[in-house]
Amino acid sequence: MMIPLLLGITIICFFVMHLAPGSPTDLQTEMNPKASAEMKERLRALYELDKPVHIQYLSWLKKISRGDLGTSFSTDRRPVAEKIMERLPVTILISLLSLFIVIAVAVPIGVLSAVHKDSLFDKVTAVIVFIGFAVPTFWLALLLMIFFGIHLGWLPVSGLRSLNYEYLGFWEQWVDLLKHLILPVFVSAFGGLAGLSRYMRANMLEVIRQDYIMTARAKGLSERNVIYKHALRNALLPAITILGLAIPGLIGGSVIFETIFAIPGMGQLFYMSVMARDYPTIMGILLIGAILTLVGNLIADVSYAVADPRIRMS
Amino acid sequence: MLAGSGLVALLLVISILAPWLAPYDPGQIDLNNVLASPSMEHWFGTDQLGRDVLSRMIWGARISLKVGFVATGVAILIGTVLGAISGYYGGWVDAVIMRFVDIMLCFPTFFLILAVIAFLKPSIWNIMIIIGLTGWMGVTRLVRADFISLKERDYIHAAKAIGASDARIIFLHILPNSMASILVAATLGIAGAILTESALSFLGIGVQPPTPSWGNILTAGKDNIDIAWWLSLYPGLAILVTVVGYNLLGEGIRDILDPRLKK
Repeated sequence: MMIPLLLGITIICFFVMHLAPGSPTDLQTEMNPKASAEMKERLRALYELDKPVHIQYLSWLKKISRGDLGTSFSTDRRPVAEKIMERLPVTILISLLSLFIVIAVAVPIGVLSAVHKDSLFDKVTAVIVFIGFAVPTFWLALLLMIFFGIHLGWLPVSGLRSLNYEYLGFWEQWVDLLKHLILPVFVSAFGGLAGLSRYMRANMLEVIRQDYIMTARAKGLSERNVIYKHALRNALLPAITILGLAIPGLIGGSVIFETIFAIPGMGQLFYMSVMARDYPTIMGILLIGAILTLVGNLIADVSYAVADPRIRMS
Repeated sequence: MLAGSGLVALLLVISILAPWLAPYDPGQIDLNNVLASPSMEHWFGTDQLGRDVLSRMIWGARISLKVGFVATGVAILIGTVLGAISGYYGGWVDAVIMRFVDIMLCFPTFFLILAVIAFLKPSIWNIMIIIGLTGWMGVTRLVRADFISLKERDYIHAAKAIGASDARIIFLHILPNSMASILVAATLGIAGAILTESALSFLGIGVQPPTPSWGNILTAGKDNIDIAWWLSLYPGLAILVTVVGYNLLGEGIRDILDPRLKK
């Protein structure tokens, strides 16, 4: 199932990209008055852009099957795989951290507001969640930068390391990195918070109404036991799928917050490659992004099976 | 619902009356008054070229609404047609369309939009169409589900028995029943499209200056982040209020049209 999906994704991207007007060689030759038509042709041949699109796709596919993502069109001419690999850990680290925060914050909020439905807490979180759905994350990032970075001066506003990083001690380096990560991770987590907490609340309300919860109460179990053992586990199940679906959002969002916070991750590389029309790098990142998403969905499916005995049986 | 429709109506009025409401010409450059903080003359301050931020925001409302409506229109059109075909005919047609939906869903959509727009010229029409082309999947699923449950109803069999064509059954007998959910999806879709447009414009590949949009005013806000907070605060607030308005309206419509969904 995953292979045809990946094929479909890469075909769509490849064709959309190559059929769009303009070519990467234009950017390199436009500004150069010495560039002759013949030279442009040579450049196109070097990048294999002179062949029909489907041939280009097949040759790309052949390379991919050998694990070769090609060479970047940018002036450094480095292998795409190398360029992506040095940036991927940062993006994954931030995505995982924000996913962790989303779960750690949204699940309790959802559960509490369902258990105490119509309480003050429920109403306040409902308003916050509603606003959370509507806040543009890049705007939130700007406001946080202004407040914590410039007004209070507590946190750095760009990059991953301070200028004096080299001269810091081991622990200070960690603290430095952590300080640089706080704002980006918070911003990228924020979008998911609203969705998941809303979803958890709805699930929990649904579950609490079920007969087996009444049975559990009738058995004389403590309320704590009923909620956190019997209800929560069942309410968590559908949320796992939602988390799997959240991964494309996190990866897509990385373009925005990595560009804002100047974090050297995959999103920033993507933005730069798109601007430079670096086809091989763009295709590479799209492919890695799609694989990450599919792996995320797979993990979600597996953890679904772990959490739900009914699925394991069938 | 009331608050939502109020906000949406207010924005419509503002964007229609933009030429009369805006206190200044949004493109009027005043180099003697660059990055002036909010004052009585310029309520929301001026930008890096001395242009009045409030006026630019009022004109920006037009852009946002235009993008929201057209992009959503494209998405709804594609989503409805594909969903109807998929649900009504079933079989391999359904299988192919649903696989395509899966592909589009497990894709970091924003990456795709970014790639395509950067290659095409970033004009407002391209943006609207691309946002529409990448946002139809939810509608397809909705419409398909409606069609699957409705096509076995007695009145559909009756329509078939008297010889109604497929197109007639799809558009006149089944589709009207999906209108409620499509309308809700459209309202929420407008909010999403406005958010996407502002993010693209913020990154510099959406609506291009000098045309004012909330997103590209925020870009100026980022460039002058340490001196001009008003450039960052107000346009974002406008986006927030607009999106809240459409979300409230969408949920309100859902509650009215389909009381079963009411929580």
